[in-house]
Amino acid sequence: MAHADPVVSVRNLQKSYGSVTALTGVTFEIQRGETFALLGPNGAGKSTTIEILEGYRDRTGGDARVLGIDPQKGGVAWKARLGIVLQSTGEIGNATVREQLSHFACYYPNPRSVEEVIAAVSLDGHESKRIRALLGGQRRRVDVALGIIGRPELLFLDEPTTGFDPEARQNFWQLIRELKREGTTILLITHYLDEAAQLGDRAAVISGGTVIAQGRIDEIGGPDALTPVVRWRDDSGTKRSERAAEPAAFVAELHARVGREPDALEIIRPSLEDIYLDLVGAHENRAQGNSARENGAHPQGVSRDPEETIRP
Amino acid sequence: MTTPRSRTHARTGASTHAPEREFARTVRLGARRAAYEAKLYFRQGDTIFFTFLFPVVMLGIFALAFSATGLVGKNPDGTGGITQAALYLPGMVAAGILLSGVQNLAVDIAMERSDGRLKRLGGSPLPVVSYFLGKFGQVLTTSLLQLIVLLLVARVAFGVVLPTTGEKWLTFAWVYLLGIVTSAVLGIALSRIPRSSTSATAVIIPIVLILQFISGVYLQFSMLPTWLQNIAGFFPLKWIAQGMRSVFLPENFAATEPGGAWELPAVATALVLWLVVGVIVSRLTFRWIRKDS
Repeated sequence: MAHADPVVSVRNLQKSYGSVTALTGVTFEIQRGETFALLGPNGAGKSTTIEILEGYRDRTGGDARVLGIDPQKGGVAWKARLGIVLQSTGEIGNATVREQLSHFACYYPNPRSVEEVIAAVSLDGHESKRIRALLGGQRRRVDVALGIIGRPELLFLDEPTTGFDPEARQNFWQLIRELKREGTTILLITHYLDEAAQLGDRAAVISGGTVIAQGRIDEIGGPDALTPVVRWRDDSGTKRSERAAEPAAFVAELHARVGREPDALEIIRPSLEDIYLDLVGAHENRAQGNSARENGAHPQGVSRDPEETIRP
Repeated sequence: MTTPRSRTHARTGASTHAPEREFARTVRLGARRAAYEAKLYFRQGDTIFFTFLFPVVMLGIFALAFSATGLVGKNPDGTGGITQAALYLPGMVAAGILLSGVQNLAVDIAMERSDGRLKRLGGSPLPVVSYFLGKFGQVLTTSLLQLIVLLLVARVAFGVVLPTTGEKWLTFAWVYLLGIVTSAVLGIALSRIPRSSTSATAVIIPIVLILQFISGVYLQFSMLPTWLQNIAGFFPLKWIAQGMRSVFLPENFAATEPGGAWELPAVATALVLWLVVGVIVSRLTFRWIRKDS
């Protein structure tokens, strides 16, 4: 990762609210044209991180650069290069969809055409409706439309597809792929792991205010993480599971050993969701283990080391 | 000139605008905001009634309720005197200025803050100054329309005789302008107080309502006890109302003022002081979002 000019660069980012620590040290970089997914359980610090990068919150430690600028000092020229889709807007605007988009378009030096954006977010037929009269998912598409109207170099998407039906989500993915083709850099927070797998080039998993793993979407969690898992039930009725790089060979050998069809046999290729759940589960166990160790207990070992863990 | 400019360039990393162009952009976007805001203002049913039409409705109620009272403020020889509508008109003009500035903006901005519209603007390249130019534009447009409706209704429906001298209208112009700008700035300052959109009207309307009762809008100022008059004297509405009485009431009414005269220099001083206070408070407290809460 020796790129000269990352679009987003975050080093040991820290944030506390009074005595509550939200981020203990987050480090990642996003290169130009990349789509970077930020994953993690609720309260892990994803939104705090993205809001620091958007300039909404001030960090309490570490360093952050967005398009070469410290987001705490970003002015209007800097904001003109960003697109922001916030996590939630309870917007009750009286403007119509088209009015709102053409109004926001005039803030930007080189905006997209309003009609093009309306079509891109599939709001055709709703452009003359007032935003407050739209359904939740449609209103969310207005948020997305306002995020891309200024033709941003860097687009922040904080849970953009919440409330979308499957078709709207497919259309949204299509839109994001289009933006990627145009070279837009995207930072995506999502709870939908399939979305991250569909759109992301790389991802970071945040848990407990720190990055517990990051890497290419197909490599995250380390080389073991994608190794297929063979599950079956042995003669005593115990559930068994083993990772096997060559599952067919493993099953053949198992079949030979057992001498018959193994019970409840499954071969699973871990999805991003499985890997993610393993990572977060392991991290949470270890966090509990650490506090248990302080109490004199002996914790279980952790199955897998994350690819990159930041320790204070 | 070159040094700070190139430094700005390095800092923002974006195409930099010369200061003149930035100024032009700020003003242009301010004008766009004003048009957008004024258009949306008239789509809010509650605002139209409680801010825009309220003074007209109140004028109608008072004029009709006390229509049997006859003329007030006659000369000793029995000539002169004005109707109830004429008596209440300056107070309603002052109330309109207060509502269009303070109530309108304090509630409007508090709602924008709580439903996320301000946060969205804060993440956009809209300059803060353009945002405020838009608010002032909206307040000026709507309050001028409000005044026109109010004066037309007073003249046509209730036969109130409006001033005819240029001098009176000049006084009207500066009291109005100073009053509306001060009210708008105080509205921006007060918008920080409500914590949610639901509490916005509940917090702001009582403040505005009490001021109207003690400042000579609904109750004749000269009839209030001196201590209440003194309290009202700390607030701007009393001075806007007094200035408007000097415009719309006959000269012999000046004697009923607490000071026995219209005291226009005091009106100007009080409003300028409040304007300065409002600007300072707004400047210190306005944020796109409640950061870190």
